[in-house]
Amino acid sequence: MAYPAMMMPSVQKANATRQARFQKAHPELTVEEKAKLLQDFHPDFNVKVKTPLRVGANEGDLAPMELAKLIEAPSRISPGEVNLDKPDYCTDILVIGTGGAGLSAAITAKARGANVLIATKLRSGDSNTIMAEGGIAAATDPDDSPAIHYVDTIIGGRGTNVVDLVEILVTEAPFILEWLCSLGVNFDRRADGSLFNHRPGGHSRRRSHSIMDLTGLEIMRVLSDEARNQEIPILEFSPAVELIMDDKGQCAGAVLKNLDNGKLLVVKSKVVIMATGGLGRIHPLGFPTSNHYGATADGIVMGYRTGAKLIYIESVQFHPTGTAWPEQLLGLLISEALRAQGAQVINCEGEMFAFNLETRDALAAAIIRECNARGKGVVTPAGIVGAWLDTPLIDMIHGPGTFERRFAGIYTRFMGYGINPKEEPILVYPTQHYQNGGMVITPKGETTVPNLYAAGEVSGGVHGQNRLGANSLLDIFVFGRRAGEAAAEHLSSVKQGKPTLEHLNAYNKALEKVGIATDVRSPMILPDYRFEKALTKITHMEAQ
Amino acid sequence: MSEQKSGDAYFITIYIYGKKYEVPAGLTIMKSMEYSGYRLTRGCGCRGGVCGACSSIYRIKDNPKWHIGLACQTTAEDGMYVMQLPYVPAYRAMYDVNVTQCTDETILSLYPNLKRCMGCNTCTNSCPVGINVLGYVSALLRGDFETARHLSMECIMCGMCAARCPAELAPMNMAMMVRRLVGKKTQVNTAQFSERLKNIRAGKWTDEIHKYMGMDKVALQPIYKELQSSSKRVDV
Ligand SMILES: Cc1cc2nc3c(=O)[nH]c(=O)nc-3n(C[C@H](O)[C@H](O)[C@H](O)COP(=O)(O)OP(=O)(O)OC[C@H]3O[C@@H](n4cnc5c(N)ncnc54)[C@H](O)[C@@H]3O)c2cc1C
Repeated sequence: MAYPAMMMPSVQKANATRQARFQKAHPELTVEEKAKLLQDFHPDFNVKVKTPLRVGANEGDLAPMELAKLIEAPSRISPGEVNLDKPDYCTDILVIGTGGAGLSAAITAKARGANVLIATKLRSGDSNTIMAEGGIAAATDPDDSPAIHYVDTIIGGRGTNVVDLVEILVTEAPFILEWLCSLGVNFDRRADGSLFNHRPGGHSRRRSHSIMDLTGLEIMRVLSDEARNQEIPILEFSPAVELIMDDKGQCAGAVLKNLDNGKLLVVKSKVVIMATGGLGRIHPLGFPTSNHYGATADGIVMGYRTGAKLIYIESVQFHPTGTAWPEQLLGLLISEALRAQGAQVINCEGEMFAFNLETRDALAAAIIRECNARGKGVVTPAGIVGAWLDTPLIDMIHGPGTFERRFAGIYTRFMGYGINPKEEPILVYPTQHYQNGGMVITPKGETTVPNLYAAGEVSGGVHGQNRLGANSLLDIFVFGRRAGEAAAEHLSSVKQGKPTLEHLNAYNKALEKVGIATDVRSPMILPDYRFEKALTKITHMEAQ
Repeated sequence: MSEQKSGDAYFITIYIYGKKYEVPAGLTIMKSMEYSGYRLTRGCGCRGGVCGACSSIYRIKDNPKWHIGLACQTTAEDGMYVMQLPYVPAYRAMYDVNVTQCTDETILSLYPNLKRCMGCNTCTNSCPVGINVLGYVSALLRGDFETARHLSMECIMCGMCAARCPAELAPMNMAMMVRRLVGKKTQVNTAQFSERLKNIRAGKWTDEIHKYMGMDKVALQPIYKELQSSSKRVDV
């Protein structure tokens, strides 16, 4: 198989120029250059693809069109279908989602003596967390400190982060590693026993801790296993479709849908912790995505209907290096760790055009510019254009065998398509990767709705408008654990009222009032890839 | 085939649960099912080859050999008969990571049928991510837990090894426990790391962070530049 003939001349150029590029680096962008690059080429800055919300707590704030469509739509269920007087489950705490945020919240709350029930959309463990390859950030090296981690996070977030949350994030980071180790997570270590780490883009120290390129997988396996040992019940294939409120305006549970038989289930709880993750599968701005199948913004949609305030939902992170060839792997993430290990980003002529450790937003914009405005991308038979990530450099820098050892997953995946990343570059293009914004939270994980907590990618503020690599795995455990702890402590003071779904009627009225008529029903739950839609495309308009 | 655009004239025939469909060449099994009109719930997850939800069993026409692959990673072939196996009712023992010791006795008392392994290698042949399952099962039998940990590291917990094991072992669950127990023992804090935790508890960086919290992006920028230039370019 290997590369199709039309791509070969460019593969050869990349191979031919490698020796000359070895041990060289493209200059970093200046602050001014970066600002202009983002303004001109980053999709986040393209106002044409955003629209102001017309209803709710964030009325007037911009959101990507695809998200606005879901937010400004009536519920999939009508209150009349649901009998709230006969709950199928009663629990102290309902955790929605089994990613890292949900599981760490559940395990922590259970350890505090709370009764916990978890509901999740698909098979337990299916999540963005399990896909994380790169690593988890924490200032552990002697030349690093939480204060340096703080500065990097704020600069990465373009100064828009909620600073109280960042302080907690960086300060608690090393304790999260300790916690994970105590559960039996096998972090990579150096010969002297210290934690192995590397330096992802935007960080000024080596502080991303990994387990080969299976960081999320190893952590998720361990947390799922621990949840089983703790006998925390998990309802699989039972996504939440709406939250339940009470007549005092507090959150009081959720309506789930059993995907196997279509039945609605009522869960009554004193507290709900929303941990539903991101939104890649709504394909904001028409981009492919690195996210799992269930990343459809459900938590945002359900929470918004109950009045939860959102922050920075206009801001979507595009990872600069999504797979652009082979087409079957389109959008799939190529970890930043490859660039941290020295892989350069080059154009069809084999020329460097950006420093490999620029922050994600800047590098994504640089690749979009190179492939579109500058016409120096590599064209594939599927019509997709991309830039090369020059992977063979990694073994040249670190010695033969490094690539296979460190990036086993990527190696096997590409070899399956006849592409040998040790000898030839791989083709990349930005892919939707992360939802920077989400529900507003306090340091305890409280949203603006009483008894509704949120943690992880569904929340917003920690990362401002641009998340640094390795900071999200950190975020979900820091704030997942905090939400679990705070929720458990809060239980004794909860005074529940009468459960109701009246907020759905009220929301419909608000939509009607501003004249929104739509066939869309939300939350989305699952994307529809049937028939022609199974054929992947990049439909996004170049951000000009 | 890589010269062929999917969506073009070139179609292949596949049999999903025995039913015949024509799909564009070059799609994964998962996308072929979707192209055929399946809306997947079970049998689909991360779509990136790590969640273990989409294991599929397939065979190519006129060839008796069975293969197991992930639907999201395996390209559909002409004449492929395919079914998904998204769940296995495998046995799993409860244990306490803080109490259970990683010893031969533990493994054998929690998973007594480990002794029934006949070394047939079906587990290894069934693994969709190419793990040497028999290798780690043998290591478990020998009490070589470090090797078992190492060999099973890429396990995605799909359960295919258990599904096909004639002795009804649940290799992935044994390995899961052993990896955690070995990890628990070997992942010890270095003196320097403990020192770091102690210093954070004592508030060593609190003032510095609070100072930065009072500064905006513009004021922090020079500090960031300085930090960047005092670090190594390319990681070792
Ligand atoms: C490919 C990839 C690689 C990444 N690599 C890194 C990395 O190296 N370092 C890093 O820091 N970050 C990384 N990230 C980002 C990070 O992994 C995620 O942001 C983070 O794991 C999100 O965790 P979460 O628990 O909030 O959400 P998730 O892990 O996505 O979990 C959400 C859960 O909620 C469930 N759910 C969704 N909707 C519903 C519903 N309606 N009802 C019930 N359940 C629902 C989902 O099925 C899922 O189980 C990566 C992300 C991706 C996609």
